[in-house]
Amino acid sequence: MTPSGGFPVAAREAVADSQLRANLRGATHAIRDKRAAAVAEVADWQELREAGRLIKERAMRHLDRHLEALEAAVVAAGGQVHWAGDAAAANRIVGDLVAATGSTEVVKVKSLATDEIGLNEALAARGIDALETDLAELINQLAGDTSSHILVPAIHRNRAEIRELFLRELPDPGELDETPGALAEAARRYLRERFLRAEVAVSGANFGVAETGTVGVVESEGNGRMCTTLPRTLITVMGIEKVLPRLTDLEVMLQLLPRSATAERMNPYTSLWTGVTPGDGPQEFHLVLLDAGRTNALRDEVGRQALHCIRCSACLNVCPVYERTGGHAYGSVYPGPIGAILTPQLADLDQGATLPWASSLCGACYEVCPVKIDIPTVLVHLRGKVIRREAGGGGAEDAAERLSMKAAAAAFATPRRYRLAQRVVLPVLRLLTGVPGLARIVPGPLAAWTSVRELPEPPRETFSDWWRGRS
Amino acid sequence: MSDREAILARVRAAIADVPAAEAPEFDPDRAEPDARYARTGELDPAARLALFVERSGDYRAEVTVCAEDPAAVAAAVAAACSRHAARRLVVPAGLDPAWLPPGVEPVADDPPLAPAGLGACDGVLSGCELAIAVTGTVVLAGGGPAQGRRAVTLLPDLHICVVRGPQIVETVPEAVARLAAPIAARGAITLISGPSATSDIELKRVEGVHGPRRLELIVTDPSL
Ligand code: SF4
Repeated sequence: MTPSGGFPVAAREAVADSQLRANLRGATHAIRDKRAAAVAEVADWQELREAGRLIKERAMRHLDRHLEALEAAVVAAGGQVHWAGDAAAANRIVGDLVAATGSTEVVKVKSLATDEIGLNEALAARGIDALETDLAELINQLAGDTSSHILVPAIHRNRAEIRELFLRELPDPGELDETPGALAEAARRYLRERFLRAEVAVSGANFGVAETGTVGVVESEGNGRMCTTLPRTLITVMGIEKVLPRLTDLEVMLQLLPRSATAERMNPYTSLWTGVTPGDGPQEFHLVLLDAGRTNALRDEVGRQALHCIRCSACLNVCPVYERTGGHAYGSVYPGPIGAILTPQLADLDQGATLPWASSLCGACYEVCPVKIDIPTVLVHLRGKVIRREAGGGGAEDAAERLSMKAAAAAFATPRRYRLAQRVVLPVLRLLTGVPGLARIVPGPLAAWTSVRELPEPPRETFSDWWRGRS
Repeated sequence: MSDREAILARVRAAIADVPAAEAPEFDPDRAEPDARYARTGELDPAARLALFVERSGDYRAEVTVCAEDPAAVAAAVAAACSRHAARRLVVPAGLDPAWLPPGVEPVADDPPLAPAGLGACDGVLSGCELAIAVTGTVVLAGGGPAQGRRAVTLLPDLHICVVRGPQIVETVPEAVARLAAPIAARGAITLISGPSATSDIELKRVEGVHGPRRLELIVTDPSL
C-alpha cells in the first residue's frame, strides 16, 4: 500500500502537482473556517472534548470487557458477531458471509476499515462486485483512484473531471452538465436501482455501544440509510477501537463528531440499529470485529491514544503538511496527522516508519481534535521508537539523519520553514528520555537538519507570524 | 486458539498496566469539572420551539408552525402537498387520520409495500419520536407510533414530518436519554437533520442525494 519510496517520494510528487495543491488548499481552508464557527457556538466545547477523551480512554483501557459486552448485547438482539485477527481473516469472513447468501454483488457505505483491509479487492477475487455508494467513493471507484481525504475523498478532482468520468462510466448518464447538482442527480439515478436490488450491504461503523449492542453510522447523503435498511443481509466491519461503553457516551460523540467533521450542528442522517428488528430492515446482521494491528497500538501507553480517533478529519484540515502533500502521499487509508501516528502503530512500525516525521509539530491538530488526542506528543514518542529501532546497528544520530532528511525535505518547500517551526517544538524535548543523545536529535527533521548542517539563524519572523502569513 | 480468544488475549496483555480497580466507564454524573458538559437545557418551551424552528430551517427543511390541533395540521399538510404536487402519501400505522387533508390519498404500509411501491408514492407523512432544538434534528424510532419501519421514511422523495411542540427537547443529551427505551425494544433509530446532502464535488453543498430530497416539517405550537 505504501508507495515505493514511502512518504518522502510521494510527498515530493504531490507537492509538485499544483492543481492538487490548489484544490486541497481551498478545501481545507473552507472546512477549517466553518468548523471553527460551528465549534465557537458551543459554550461547553472544552468540557465535551474532555468528556470525549475520557470516554475513549476508558473504552480502550478496559477494551476486553467492553468487547465481550458488545458481543453479548448484539447476539441477544439477534445479530451475529465474528472476530477477525487480521485483514485476511476479515476478508475471508465477509467473503464467506456474502457467498452464503448466493449474491455476487454488495452495496457499500464508505468505510475506512474496509479500505484498510482491502475488502473490495478481496471480494473481487471471489467474483463478488462491491459497489461504493458514497458519492466521492463512487467517483474514486469509477476512476480507479484511492481516497485523498477521509471525509471528502474526491477532493482532488474538479467538476469537469467528474462529469467526464460519469459520461464515460455510467450506463445512462443522459445530458449531463457540470453543476454539482446535476452530477449528484446522475449518481442518485444510477445508485437507486442498485440499492433496490441489493441483497447484501457492507458498512463500517462509527461506534458500537457495548451496553446495548447498538451500532451507528453517521453520514450525509442517505446512502448509509439505504445500505443499512434495504438489503436483507447487513455486514458491518468495525475496528475494535470503535466500541463505546455506554449509550450515554453517544450524547457526547454526537455533539463532537458532526461539528468537527462537516462543521454542522448535526449531520443530515445518523442510523442506529440494535441487532435485528423483526419486519424492519435487514433480517440478518453480522458484526465483524477487526483487530488488524489495533492491539499493537494498544500496547503502547503513549501511542494507544491514536485509537481514540473518531475519524472527523479536523486534524487534516489544519495540518500545514497535509495541505501541501494531500492524502495520497501518506500511503495509507489514514492520512494527515492521525495517519502519521496510526499507520505506523497498526503495522508495528514495519510500515510508515517515516510518517512520524511528516509533521512540523505545530500542534494545530491537537487544538482541533474533538477527543484531545495529543498527536504532537505521540509523533515525538514514535520518532524515538523508530530511531531506537533503526539504530540497532549504527548510531542513533545516523538513523535520525537518514529518516528525517528523507521525510522532511519532501513536505515543506524550504528548510527555512523547518527552522521556524522548530522554535515551537523545543518544549517537547523535555518529554524525551531513554537513548543517549536522543533529546538533541529527536525532533527529527528539525534538529537533525540544524545539528548536522548548520546552526539555525535567529528567525526573522515568529512561527505565528509565518503561520498567519501563509493563509 | 480462535481469533476471538487471540484478540482478547492480545488486548489483555496490552492493557496489563491498567489498575484493576479503575472504573471501566466514564460517568457524566461524577465527572470532574473540566469534563462537566451541559446535559439539560435551560430554555422554556416557547424558546425551545423557536430554537428548533430556526435551527431546522437552517438546514433548508421547510418548516411550518401551526396550532396543536389536527385540523391545523391537516391544513399544513395540504399546503406542503401542494408545494410539491404530492397526492399519494404513505401513512405509517398509528398516524392520526385527522392529520390527512381531503384530496390526499393515504397509502397504508400494510401489508408492507415493496421498495419500488414506496418509491412510487409522492411522499410520506409521519410523526416522530422527538426532536432536538439545538441541532434542528428530528428523531424517528422504528416501530414507534406514526413512524413506521425505516424504508417508509427513506424511499419516497418527499418526507412530511409532524413534530408536536412537547416532543422537542433542547439538547442532544436529553434526546439520547429518551432513546434508551426504544433501543431496548430494538427499534432502529434515525436522526434526521435537514434533507440529505453532499458536498463531495468541490465542497459545493447539494441538497438531496439518496434520502428524501425534500423535508417538510410541521411543528405544532401548543400556545397558538
Ligand atoms: S485524530 Fe482527532 S482530529 Fe484527527 S481525525 Fe481523529 S478525532 Fe479527528
